[in-house]
Amino acid sequence: MRPLMLQGHERSITQIKYNREGDLLFSSSKDQKPNVWYSLNGERLGTYDGHQGAVWCLDVDWESRKLITGAGDMTTKIWDVEYGSVIASIAAKSSVRTSNFSFSGNQAAYSTDKAMGQNCELFIIDVRNADSTLSEQAPTLRIPMVESKITSMLWGPLDETIITGHDNGNIAIWDIRKGQKVVDSGTDHTAGINDMQLSKDGTMFVTACKDTTAKLFDSESLMCLKSYKTERPVNSAAISPILDHVVLGGGQDAMEVTTTSTKAGKFDSRFFHLIYEEEFARLKGHFGPINSLAFHPDGKSYASGGEDGFVRVQTFDSTYFENFFE
Amino acid sequence: MAKKKSEEHSGADANDSDYNEEPNFEDPPNYVDNISDEDLLGDMLAQRPSEADGVESVVVVDNMPVVEPNRIEKLKSVINKLFSNCGEIVNVVYPVDDEGKTKGYAFMEYKHASQAEDAVQKLNNYRLDKNYTFAVNLFTDFQKYENIPEKWEPPTVQPFKVQSDLYNFINDPDAYDQYCVAAETAPNCVQVGFWQNMLPEPNELETRERFTDTFVKWSPLGTYVVTFHKPGVAIWGGSSFQKIQKFPHPGTQFVEFSPCESYLVTYGPTPTGQKIIIWDIRTGAEKRSFVADGMSVLSMFRWSHDDKFVARMGENSIHIYETPSFYLLDLKSIKIQGIRGFSWSPTDNVIAYWVEEQNQIPARVTLMEIPKKREIRNKNLFNVADCKLHWQKSGDYLCVKVDRYSKLKKDKKELDVKFLGMFYNFEIFHMREKEIPVDSVEIRELILAFAWEPIGNKFSIIHGEPNSSNVSFYEVNKGVKPSLVKRLEKKSCTHLFWSPRGQFIVMANLTMGTFEFVDTTNDYIISASPDHFRASEVEWDPTGRYVVTGVSSWKVKEDTGFNMYTFQGRIIKRTILKNFVQFLWRPRPPTLLGEDKQKEIKKNLKKYYPAFEQKDRLRLTRASKELLEKRSQLRETFMEYRNKRIAEWKDQKSRRVMLRGHIDTDNLETDEVDEEVVEFLVKEEITLLE
Repeated sequence: MRPLMLQGHERSITQIKYNREGDLLFSSSKDQKPNVWYSLNGERLGTYDGHQGAVWCLDVDWESRKLITGAGDMTTKIWDVEYGSVIASIAAKSSVRTSNFSFSGNQAAYSTDKAMGQNCELFIIDVRNADSTLSEQAPTLRIPMVESKITSMLWGPLDETIITGHDNGNIAIWDIRKGQKVVDSGTDHTAGINDMQLSKDGTMFVTACKDTTAKLFDSESLMCLKSYKTERPVNSAAISPILDHVVLGGGQDAMEVTTTSTKAGKFDSRFFHLIYEEEFARLKGHFGPINSLAFHPDGKSYASGGEDGFVRVQTFDSTYFENFFE
Repeated sequence: MAKKKSEEHSGADANDSDYNEEPNFEDPPNYVDNISDEDLLGDMLAQRPSEADGVESVVVVDNMPVVEPNRIEKLKSVINKLFSNCGEIVNVVYPVDDEGKTKGYAFMEYKHASQAEDAVQKLNNYRLDKNYTFAVNLFTDFQKYENIPEKWEPPTVQPFKVQSDLYNFINDPDAYDQYCVAAETAPNCVQVGFWQNMLPEPNELETRERFTDTFVKWSPLGTYVVTFHKPGVAIWGGSSFQKIQKFPHPGTQFVEFSPCESYLVTYGPTPTGQKIIIWDIRTGAEKRSFVADGMSVLSMFRWSHDDKFVARMGENSIHIYETPSFYLLDLKSIKIQGIRGFSWSPTDNVIAYWVEEQNQIPARVTLMEIPKKREIRNKNLFNVADCKLHWQKSGDYLCVKVDRYSKLKKDKKELDVKFLGMFYNFEIFHMREKEIPVDSVEIRELILAFAWEPIGNKFSIIHGEPNSSNVSFYEVNKGVKPSLVKRLEKKSCTHLFWSPRGQFIVMANLTMGTFEFVDTTNDYIISASPDHFRASEVEWDPTGRYVVTGVSSWKVKEDTGFNMYTFQGRIIKRTILKNFVQFLWRPRPPTLLGEDKQKEIKKNLKKYYPAFEQKDRLRLTRASKELLEKRSQLRETFMEYRNKRIAEWKDQKSRRVMLRGHIDTDNLETDEVDEEVVEFLVKEEITLLE
């Protein structure tokens, strides 16, 4: 099937996410306005206006009622998905880089950048009765990160833990109730973690790292299970919900792009076999490095957002499902 | 008196300031002298004269003329002059008989024994004149031969020194070619890997870290590989790539092998110019060295095809050296006024050289047979700006590309000459025909490249403007002028690479990295046009089956690596290798099979084909079986881990359901899809009814 090219952003895409049922696709970009699209036909429903800086991250809760975004204007905003209105806006001391709802949707976590004399910090807030007074409420938990800054963050299963990826390649698990680090990954990765995504059941997650590899970790022990090697920094990675596949997307740093091939559409997303760590397919089409990837929850299609500002939605044809590894 | 003396003696000690008295040198009582003479006087003992001394440096010269006393002085001076060449003569005795005539032999003593040995080597059997041939021997030899023991002892068996298996690479039963891949892991530190081009995957034979400082080069027949280091170069070979020989020439930048791999030439710059040394490969001995001052030309020394001669061009002359002595042929250079370039034929001992235009004398190309130095062909050329000599690989044809001008512009001082209105000629010399006829082909456009088909009778040229050039193919045959066979228009290629077996050619654009694979026997169809972004190297394997294109990190910094294609341009394998610099196939020596044997094999190829197919298929299936096994193992270990985790996940189900308000969200319900029909206005159109 031909891919859908969703053109709605004026600047590069920072993150894309499907909702739990997969009918909606959310995209955030440096152009300050996150968009929401119907994943079936690529029709855009609307935009969420309010941020005054590049939107770095977003997440939607499991009921597709609330959307949380973090931006360079040093605020985290919670929106009503259906109406596009701001439910709450929380100010922070520096840019908000990651923001996610917990499994139950009752809590949310967000982290701030290390900038302007501020330390990188992880905040946990209660969003059950979120309204405009949320900004005055104190966070449930506030953990400063002294050594390295958080570049990617995930909630662990059952709302008990947070997994953080840092700019030095470190991955850590924090227990929320105790408020402290329980597991540290050590030196599996040697450069900054760009993205982390959970598997469907949440027992494992894949990390995309600047050191040109992506690795598969166990979400409780942080044991490194698999490693997928490329020759370019990996910006994003996702695990297929139905097959043993991982997709990796990346490319050179935006500043070095002038030296790669002048042929258009050369940036590709690469498919690896989860267990065998072998690359088996590449899909071209982006005009710039790929910044974010997401599988549709039913595993029959996937979406990618790039530095070129396009979101591509690609449905897999029948050959993808034939198991040619046996 | 005695008492006083003893008093004085006892009073004498180290601090005695009375210098008139000698200090006491007596050994203390009970002193045992156990220091040997060697320890005390070692160096002096060496010079201690012994009975045998002086004899090792003496030679006995026999079969000398018997002369009268009045002629003795003359004889002595002649002999003296001759023998002083080998060293300094310190003593000489000419025994004379009762009449005063020389007895016919003499004794000469040299300063050092080594000089005496030298004299024996050089002057034994030296013909003084037709009657007298010297017999020169060491004096000690006489003693040796006198003292031959009665009993004969068989000589000890020397342990067999295994000659390294230099030619092992040709003996591969499946005739897979080898190649080497070099990557510069650190500045001046190149790692080289040697691989065998096997099916299904190339097999790594050896990898050496820090193998060379700059680059590697294979010898022309593939026996050795040469590496560069600060103190000089080294050659390696054999199945385990061990060091065969070292050549100490510090700062060597460039080497060249002689075609039969007997000699190696190293070129290294010195502050005063270029130092060039010619080495014998087998012994590692330095045969001859030269210092070329001023501008150095790499590959200054050109070898004849059989290693018998090596030549170099000088100012208005060619110097041809004979091997193995490396003396000038006939002990003099060949004077050729105005010589500008020369080249050996690849199959015969013939040199082709060209002489530039001087005053009113036109330029010419001459073919000279060596060693007779006979001119076998001469061709005058008019209005010549420059010439380039291209021999065809089988030596059947020589092509001289002549750059000709229609107008000459000399500035006032006549130092700077400008050539205008250039056009080009190819002079094809038919070497195998009687009288070597020459045909001319004229091209009016700028020529960018020229290449002979290595086996066959075609040549190809790229001509025209650099961006929209054309490629033309010409065929030469016995007794006929070269004819244009095909002309491909508007091809933006910069270089041409023929397969070493002929027939196939790759037209490459080495700035962009685009390639076109053409079959010249099949109507010049382009079988494939792959691209390898910014590839700058193209290498055919010696059998003409594979082509490798490479992006070298000497030219481009990103995405360095190499791609392997079939001879038709189908990609086989892409390899990305950080800091990749070189890919070189190992050359093969020419086949030992005769012409008819080769024809026979070609005829019976159909017979051999099924056997090869089967072998290849077996290899592939074996490889895939191995792969499958590896995969199933990986799968097993992974599934073990997964099952444990899935069990844990199942246990947590109740908690999950609780967290989401008693709704079980573990499975995605894709059946419930609500369909909504929405109507909205698209366009309103008003039609007026009359």
